[in-house]
This record gives sequence, C-alpha cells and structure tokens, in this order.
Amino acid sequence: MSVPPPIAMLAELTHRCPLSCPYCSNPVQLERKETELGTEAWTDVFQQAHAMGVLQLHLSGGEPASRRDLEDLTEAAAGIGLYTNLITSGIGLTPRRLDRLEAVGLDHVQLSLQGTTAKLADRIGGYRGGFDRKMAIAKEISARGIPLTLNAVMHRQNLDDLDRTIEMAVELGARRLEVACVQFHGWAMSNRAALLPTRQQTMAVKQTVAGAAQRLQGVLAFDFVPPDYYADYPKACMGGWGSSGLNVTPNGTVLPCHAAQTIPHLAFENVREKPLLDIWRASSAFNAYRGTEWLPEPCKSCERKETDFGGCRCQALALAGDAGVTDPICKKSPKHKEVVKVLLERRFEEDQTLLHRSF
Amino acid sequence: MTLELRNEDRPYLPRGVRMQRDEVRGRMVLVAPEKVIELDDIGAAILLRVDGMARFDQIVADLASTYNAPAEMIAQDVQQFLQTLRGRLYLMVQA
Ligand code: SF4
Ligand code: SF4
Repeated sequence: MSVPPPIAMLAELTHRCPLSCPYCSNPVQLERKETELGTEAWTDVFQQAHAMGVLQLHLSGGEPASRRDLEDLTEAAAGIGLYTNLITSGIGLTPRRLDRLEAVGLDHVQLSLQGTTAKLADRIGGYRGGFDRKMAIAKEISARGIPLTLNAVMHRQNLDDLDRTIEMAVELGARRLEVACVQFHGWAMSNRAALLPTRQQTMAVKQTVAGAAQRLQGVLAFDFVPPDYYADYPKACMGGWGSSGLNVTPNGTVLPCHAAQTIPHLAFENVREKPLLDIWRASSAFNAYRGTEWLPEPCKSCERKETDFGGCRCQALALAGDAGVTDPICKKSPKHKEVVKVLLERRFEEDQTLLHRSF
Repeated sequence: MTLELRNEDRPYLPRGVRMQRDEVRGRMVLVAPEKVIELDDIGAAILLRVDGMARFDQIVADLASTYNAPAEMIAQDVQQFLQTLRGRLYLMVQA
C-alpha cells in the first residue's frame, strides 16, 4: 500500500509545564526532562519531516517555553521552510524571548486560555498568577503583530463565560478563536464528572458561536470543536489515523495521535532508532487503523466511513473497552447506549473538584 | 463587516499566510495558521497578483487579458475566492 506523506507534525518538545490543567492532553504517565530529545536530535527530526512532506510544525508540550532552546529549535525549523506554530500557555515567554522568536521566523502563536478571570483561570490551570502573566504576554504578542490564535478549552465550569472569551479575543487582536470543548482522554477522563458540559450548555454554545461568527466576520475567525458526547456522529481522529499528521513525544516516540499510548497493544517506535519515514510508512502502530480496510461493522457498510473513519480509537477503547470497534459516540454503535448512560447518570450540580495533572 | 471586495481595495496576504510550492507533492499551497490549502492553477494565478499594491479591478483586468476571458466572469470567480479567504482572515485589504 502506498502511503501519502503527512502534512503536519506535532512536536511535544517537553512534558514539563508550570500549569497543571485537569484536561491536559499529555499522557497520564508524563515523560521527564532527562529523557527529552536534545536540540540536535529535534533538528534532525524536523529535517526528516520536511523532506518527507510535512509543511506545518506545531511546537508544543507541555509548555514548549520550558525548553531553553525553543528559540534555536524554532530557528532550525523555520530555516528549512517549515511553517512554525508555537502552542503555548504563555508562561515562560518574555518580551526578549518573543523578540528572538520573531527574529528567527516564528510564523504563528496559539495561546491557550483557561478562563476569563484570574480567579477561574488560575484555579483551572492550578497556577496562581498565571492569568496575569498570560495576559501580559498576550499583549506583547499582539503588539508585535505576531499572528495569534486564542485557544479556549471549554468545559462545564467555564462554558458560560463564552461571551467574555470572544470579547477578549477581539481585544487582544487575535485573528482566530478556537472554542475547543474538552475531549475526554487521559487527564480529562479522570475529571469527566467535573468537566462534562450539560446539554443546555452545549446547545447554547453552538448558538453563541454561530452568532458571533456572523457578527464578527472579517474580524475574528472561529473554529468550534463541539463536545463529543452530545453528537450523533464521531469526529475523524487526526483526519484519519496515519493519514495527515503525526506526533513526536519528548523522548522521540512517534505516535499517530497524542492519546495513542492509551491503547496497550500498540507498539510505538522511536526516532532514535529508525528514520521517521520508515516509522510513518511501515510501523505496525501506524498501519493498525490506517484507511478503511480494517473497519468493523457497522462502519464497514456505512456511507460515512470516508468522513470519520469510524471515529476515535482511543475513545473506542475508553468507552467500549476495545480500540478496534466503532467509536461509541456514534449513534449506530451498539455501545452507544453506554455513552448516553454516562450523560443520564450525571448529577451536574455535584462534583466540581478537579484532579490536576502531576508527574 | 462585509467581506466583499470593492474595486479600489488592494488585497494582501497578511503576516503568517503565504503561498509556496509544496515540493514533495508537486503543487502550490497556501499555508496559514494551522491550515494548508491546496491551490489549483486559477487560485495560484489569482494569489500571484495579490500583493497589496494591485487593486481588485486591476487584478481582474490582468487575469481577463492573460486568460482571454470576459472580465465579469473573472470578477465573480476572484470575488468568491478572495471572500472565502477573507472570512478566515487569510486575506486582508487596504483601501
Ligand atoms: S493543557 Fe495545561 S497543563 Fe497541559 S500542557 Fe497545556 S497548559 Fe500545560
Ligand atoms: S457507523 Fe462508523 S463510519 Fe458510520 S457514522 Fe458511525 S462511526 Fe462513522
């Protein structure tokens, strides 16, 4: 089978982060600093990625600014023509570091937003003073004219603040606002009871986003990731497993999606041992759920299979106990009633406590 | 704000958006924040003329004479293409 090359690579430069969001997409087993790839090893990975067809590089974490060589890594990537996108909480960036990042060719910043007030944001992020520092650096980013996207991760405890979130994006001069409802993997799964939005909130958020997108056309673009649990059909994970993107973890492990390590029977390979292209094309983990051949029923005979590829593998595992079945979010899935059960059993007024991520 | 371009508007690709050749796949693409858009020959021909200097009507006239096609038809296509990009803030205009 000929495998088309990936378009985008997410480089998790480190799992270290001053924040400890309860929905962090990093694995529950975080990798430590000692095991991280060095500057040269990352540079080599960027070159391999570029040569095989990657156009966009997402510099992520953890908090990528926790790496002191972030500027050098950005320079290396931008220098070979990769589009560089820094995904950051803003903590650890300074005006001086921004100057250098700008000088070496950083293309875009995606800044996360935990909440619209210091009280809420610092509680969610588990880091006191974080909100004020983030706002200060956001202003520095926008004063420099660095293209900015605000990424607001929304859940039951902050969804009602969406109007203010939108205002803030406009005030900060962001071009784009991503309203991303928490996806339940890893840390977020442990906090599902406290984070799962209500049906009412879910309906309201759709309307708010649609209205604002209309009102602010040409000023602010919107990307909306609705909460899975209230949907009829699942989302295509990564646009299809092994089809357009890949992740590299801090120690060089190559993953088809950031949560793939939750699937215990998959074996992942490392850039320290094999060329990236070989891993992409031939590794068993990438081929396990690539394309549509492997799909079980009801997906196999479903007309949506080229659209969502049967949904998310990690979610199938988390909700149905088997990564190889139809994503139970899908209303055609025989396990769908279990998703609905989770929703029906929720008593939303209870349970606001959050388990923060930790090493 | 309306997304429609007026004749005197001078469209440009803002910082963080650029057209480039995708060597591995042998095609032209527009790369933008967290987005890659494949360009066909027409899209590339339009964006080649989008430089912040040329007015909308000049871009249309140039394309009409290069491709020997009626200006009204070209104007419609260019308008539609640029509006889509403008809606995502991949394109901005100066008057
Ligand atoms: S989600 Fe929160 S804790 Fe996780 S890397 Fe991002 S800012 Fe840090
Ligand atoms: S049955 Fe499978 S392919 Fe069809 S919509 Fe559901 S998840 Fe998608």
